[in-house]
Formats: sequence, structure tokens, C-alpha cells
Amino acid sequence: MTAATLPNRSPAPSVAFGAEALDAILAASPAPAWASDLRRAACARLTGLGLPDRRDENWMRTDLRLFKPAAWGPSRSPDAGAAVEEGLLAEAILSGELVDTADGSGQRVAGRLAGRFTSLDGHVMREELDASLAAQGVVFGSAERVLAERADVLKAHWFSLIDSSKDWFAALHAAFHAASVVLYVPPRVRIADPLHVVAGLTDGGVDTSHVLVVLGEGAEATVLTETAGGGAAGSTGGFHCGGTEIVVGENAFLRMVNLQNWNTGVWHVARQRAVVRANGRLQWTLGALGSRLSQVAQDVALVGRGADAQVNGVMFTEGRQQLVFNTSQHHEAAACRSDLLYKGALQDRSRLVWRGMIKVDKAAQKTDGYQRNDNLMLSKTARADSIPGLEIEADDVRCTHGATSGRVDGQQVFYAQARGLTADEAARLVVAGFFQQVFDRITIAPVREALARAIGRRIRRIS
Amino acid sequence: MERLVIRGLHVAVEGQEILKGVDLEIGRGEVHALMGPNGSGKSTLGYAIMGHPAYEVTSGTIELVAADGTRRDVLAMEPDERARAGIFLAFQRPMAIPGVRLADFLRHSVTNVRNPDRKEGEELMPMREFRAELKAKMAELSMDPDFARRYVNDGFSGGEMKRAEILQLAMLRPGFAILDETDSGLDADAVRLASESIAKIGGAEMGILIITHHEQLLEHNVPLRTHVMLGGRIVESGGPELAAELHKKGYERIRAAYPDAAAAERAMEDAAGVAGRAVPAGAGA
Ligand SMILES: Nc1ncnc2c1ncn2[C@@H]1O[C@H](COP(=O)(O)OP(=O)(O)O)[C@@H](O)[C@H]1O
Ligand SMILES: [Mg+2]
Repeated sequence: MTAATLPNRSPAPSVAFGAEALDAILAASPAPAWASDLRRAACARLTGLGLPDRRDENWMRTDLRLFKPAAWGPSRSPDAGAAVEEGLLAEAILSGELVDTADGSGQRVAGRLAGRFTSLDGHVMREELDASLAAQGVVFGSAERVLAERADVLKAHWFSLIDSSKDWFAALHAAFHAASVVLYVPPRVRIADPLHVVAGLTDGGVDTSHVLVVLGEGAEATVLTETAGGGAAGSTGGFHCGGTEIVVGENAFLRMVNLQNWNTGVWHVARQRAVVRANGRLQWTLGALGSRLSQVAQDVALVGRGADAQVNGVMFTEGRQQLVFNTSQHHEAAACRSDLLYKGALQDRSRLVWRGMIKVDKAAQKTDGYQRNDNLMLSKTARADSIPGLEIEADDVRCTHGATSGRVDGQQVFYAQARGLTADEAARLVVAGFFQQVFDRITIAPVREALARAIGRRIRRIS
Repeated sequence: MERLVIRGLHVAVEGQEILKGVDLEIGRGEVHALMGPNGSGKSTLGYAIMGHPAYEVTSGTIELVAADGTRRDVLAMEPDERARAGIFLAFQRPMAIPGVRLADFLRHSVTNVRNPDRKEGEELMPMREFRAELKAKMAELSMDPDFARRYVNDGFSGGEMKRAEILQLAMLRPGFAILDETDSGLDADAVRLASESIAKIGGAEMGILIITHHEQLLEHNVPLRTHVMLGGRIVESGGPELAAELHKKGYERIRAAYPDAAAAERAMEDAAGVAGRAVPAGAGA
């Protein structure tokens, strides 16, 4: 692991999250005043807000007892330079795939990127955008910079979708977000190659990055975000407190991928929300392999007639990891479709929680809503909870949900062994087969391959 | 000529003895038929040879004896080591592995079986080479090439499963193959095709044990010996005429001639009935 070569950080922050620290950050920031005002307002709320209440349905299965808010503060400049970025990129599971991807025939071909944004401990390391796209009006890069340049198209969306007053994490993110990135694609501009966003942490680092993606009418893009680094279990770890806002315009098509691959000492709290307008399409894939504890809200709102959202989740947990996902598919307009499939495999004493909700408003007739969660237990001590939910106010709808939980079938393993595969190879194959159904839905080959490989590496003997 | 040699084999499932002393010897290039009523223990023998963990060998030996007399103890091997040593079982009821394409499965399988010393993680057989060979084999067996893109036995009809087993046999070319009711689920034409295919695949190199209730599969695979199992023992062995007799007249003469084995058969039926077992996956029906 490259993480071992990243510099260590001291456990206690020299500055806490507070008004003084924020003033210092804003003094050095090129962001426009309206954006700074949003931060100040959130910071003012921060002092009055506590950690989320465990009586809250969304948080009751998340064990925050060992999370100490006072242990964390705003990021300082990273002391390691380009060498760290190299290590970071090597560790990012998609990087290799993107520069060297396989085509259908198994031949390796060089992948192309439309843009790349990397950050370390909340500091921007690199921003690149294909010049021809910039010429077409595409905006991609550090929020601090582009919010000032393109307030006309961004101001209305910035922090418009996620609630920053809900709890301590929400307010903290809104006040202290750093190394945030914005993508704006003007109407009818189609970006063929993916944009790659990597957020990295050193041991004990803090990442509060915000991601805003806005696709104009008829625009198309593929955004791959991933996280890497942070301390392993037992070290200082790391803290991610992030947010994502997505606006898919009318007839636009966005493929969004979030791969969470922190080391196992990182606390990960993320709020992610997308709105899809009339006839817009969103394919949103979450891959979650890392972190010590994750609390992720993934909400999709279908706000215009004929909007379509496909949500894919691929989770693999091990050790004592605990990953909690609260998903929402909110049908606000008629004749929309949402289809969620989360698949998780659990090893050791890890725990996976999925709580899903399909909400259909009165106006949303002809809704087609689906949610499903399948979990595969690779050990007897792992635990998975699936809690689907429906809240339907319209009467002409088709909404279904399902959940399964099972173990690797010994008969399948024997069959594969009888054909010469070792017990381990057989188990790996069965697990790969389990994920295939969701991989079949992910239309981005490098993402499929990177996830399959990363999961394959993690599987140990099935008990 | 290498031989698969089984001596005094006793096998128990869930603590109950099923095989009660089986002796059988098959040389490479020989065809043997194994017949017997349902529940007599034929599939159990196949599983025990392949090393299914639920089938416990309580006594007896299974060995591979090379032409120079070198012996390899099959019972000491894991199932995958047995496959790599050249033993193949065509399952009476093959298991489905959803999400895993037959071609990918087979590529892994062929790689391991052809390189018995391959370590996990080492390269698989080159894709191009594998595909060409698979395509040729499927054409020989009159199989649609798209078939290999389907998930292993997932949603296959009975006949498709059996044809997939024959395809795997053809690709793996084992030293010894046990074909457990590979003809069931196939219509008459398909059985004839299977019979021809097996004869072509087998040739002079493969020792084959054909477990069947019918004669048709034996048409192109004339057995050197036909064995009759009853109550967990091979009670009689004979030439091809024995298979014809059993197919036509059933097992009444056998039951009358071997009252002890017939009594064991009844006891096994009772035990299975008392335990209220549904017929387990892969066991004879
Ligand atoms: N996995 C199993 N679990 C329990 N009983 C089994 C199992 N496999 C076989 N048996 C029992 O062993 C006996 C022989 O079965 P089997 O070998 O399948 O016979 P055949 O293949 O000759 O029809 C039957 O009584 C059957 O119920
Ligand atoms: Mg049988």
C-alpha cells in the first residue's frame, strides 16, 4: 500500500472548526462574497448544533461513540508535494484503469480523460480540462475560482440541494468545505470522455470537499470521483465530511460514479443529492470499499416528467468496518422511473446497513419505482440490515422492493472445485458472479473492472 | 496404461452408510457402464470419487495407478487436485453459478487442469487461443457459440445442462470421466448426438464410467464391463448383454438373486423416508 509512505500527522488539530478559523480561510479565498456569506451563516449554526441524534431513524444504526468532533480541524497545507500526489494517484483504484483500459477484446487501450482534479487534505493539487471543452463553455475546476467567474450559472445551484442546518456534520461541511470542485456543462454540449476527481488524505487528514455538477439541457457527461488514503484502522485515521449536488437538466444524461476507498481508519460522512429534470437521465453508481465508518445519504429527486434515475451500489466490507446508507428516490413528477440496486458482500465482523425509501407525490402518476438490496455474507460474524420503505400518495403507480441476504453456497464451490478451481478461486468466482448483476448495469467498463479487481483482492477464505 | 482403482469403498452421508464396499477398476481407454435402481448409490460413488465434502469415505481406497506402478492416493486430494489429476465428474444435476459466464468459468477451469502446478493469480490461458478452441469444440458438438456467454447452468433446461457438461468434458479431456446420467433430460436425437460426441472425445485415452438407465448412450460407447449396483454394492458385472437385459427387464432378477443387497436397498429407502429428506440436489431421483 502506498499509504504507508504518506507523512504522518499529529493527532490533535492546532485550530478547531470555528469562526476564527473560517475568517482566516476566507481572507485568503478568491471566492465571491455571496459564497463566503453562506459559509459564515453555516459556521454560526455550527456552534449550536450537536452530533446527529441516535433517535433519528437515519442515524440509529451508526455508532458515533468513538467519534470526537474536537479532534478535528480545518486542513493545513500539505507538507508533502508532488511525490504524495503520485502515491495518491497510484492508490486510487481507477487511475490505472483510466490510463490503461481494456476494450471488449481484452486488448489494452489508452483511456482518455476530459479533465482531472486532484486534492490532498483539502488542498487542490491539480486541475486540468481539455481545452476544446473549455472553448465550448464547459467549466470544471476549483469552486473557489469558478464560482467567481460563472456566478450566472452556478450561484442558483450552489448549496441549493443539501440542507446545511440539519446537524453538526451538515453545518461543518457548508462552512468549511475545501478543495471543492464544480462541473458545469452548457446546454447540448456532450463530453465523451470521463472527468476524474480524486480526493486524497494523509494519515490524520481532513477532507471536506464539495462537488457540484450541473448539466444544462441536452448535455452529457461522465464524472468519476474517488477517494483514497487516510490512516488505517488503529492510526489517527482521517475525516471526510463531504457533500455532492447534482442537477441533470432536461434531456441531459449524466453518468456519476463515487468510489469510496479510504483506508480503514477514516470517518466518512457524505450527503449526496441529485435532481433530474424532464426526460433527463442519471446513472449513479456508488462503490464503497473503504473507511472505518460511513454514513451516506444518497437522494434522487425526479422533478420533471419522464425523468429517469438508475442507482447502483457495490459494497464490500471487512474487518470491523461499518457502512450505513440511507437512500431516497423521490418521485415529484409524473411518468418517471427510478431503479435502485445495491449489492453488498460482507467479510469478518463488518456491518452494512441500507435503509431505502421510495416516495411518490400525489402528482407523480405513472411512477415506476424499484429498489432492491442483496447482501452476501462471507463470514458468520458479519451483519447486514436491509430496510426498504415505500411512501406512496399517487394511485396509478408501480413500486416494488426486495431484499435478500445469503451465504456462499457450498454446492457451487464444490462444482467449481470439481472443475479444477481451488476453494478460494471458486469462492471468489461465486462472489464475482453475485456482483455481476449490478456490474451489468454499469456502462463504464473501467469502473466495472476496477471494482471487480478491488473486490477480488479483498476476498479471503470464506468461513 | 493408467488405472483408476477403487477397493472396498465404504461411504457415509450424514452418518448413514450408503456404499458398503465397492470394488471397481477402470483403465484409460476403457468404457464401463454402471446401472442400478434409483437410490442404489451410483451418484454417491461419483461424488466420493470427486471428493464432495458431504460424502465421507469411512474405509477403502481410491488410487490412480500409473503404467509403471506408481500410485497416487486420490482420497488425500482436494476436489480441485483430483480434477487436476485428470478426474472428471459430469454431474447428474449440475449447479448453477449465476453471474459467471460459462466461457469465463471454463477458461479458468481449462487453465488449471492443463497446468496442474498453476498458482492462484497466475495468468489464465490466453483469451484468443481459448476462444478459438472453444469455438471449434462448440461447432463439433453442434452448439450455438452464444451459449458460452450464458451464466453457468443458470436457467438452463435439463438438456442444456447436460450439453454444457459434455462441452466441459470435451475441453478438459480428462484421464477418467464419470458421466452421471448425462443422457437424462435429453431427447432421443440429443442422446444419439451425445453418444457420438462422448465416443469421439473419449477415444483411446479416456477411461469412462457411464451411469445410465438406458442403452442408447452405450450405442457408440460399448462397455467393456457393465456393473449393477444394488443397496450400495456392485452385485454383478457382465458384458453389454447385461445392460440390454436390465434396460428391458428391470431389476427383479437381480433383487431375487441378491437378497442381502435387496434388504440393504429397502433399509436405505426407509432411512431416507424416515429422515423425511427431500431428495438432495445432485442426488439420484
Ligand atoms: N447429500 C445427501 N444427503 C442425504 N442423503 C443422501 C445424499 N446423497 C445420497 N443420499 C442417499 O444415499 C442413497 C443413494 O443415493 P444416490 O447415490 O443418489 O443414488 P443413485 O444415484 O443410485 O440414485 C439414497 O438413499 C439417498 O437418499
Ligand atoms: Mg443418481
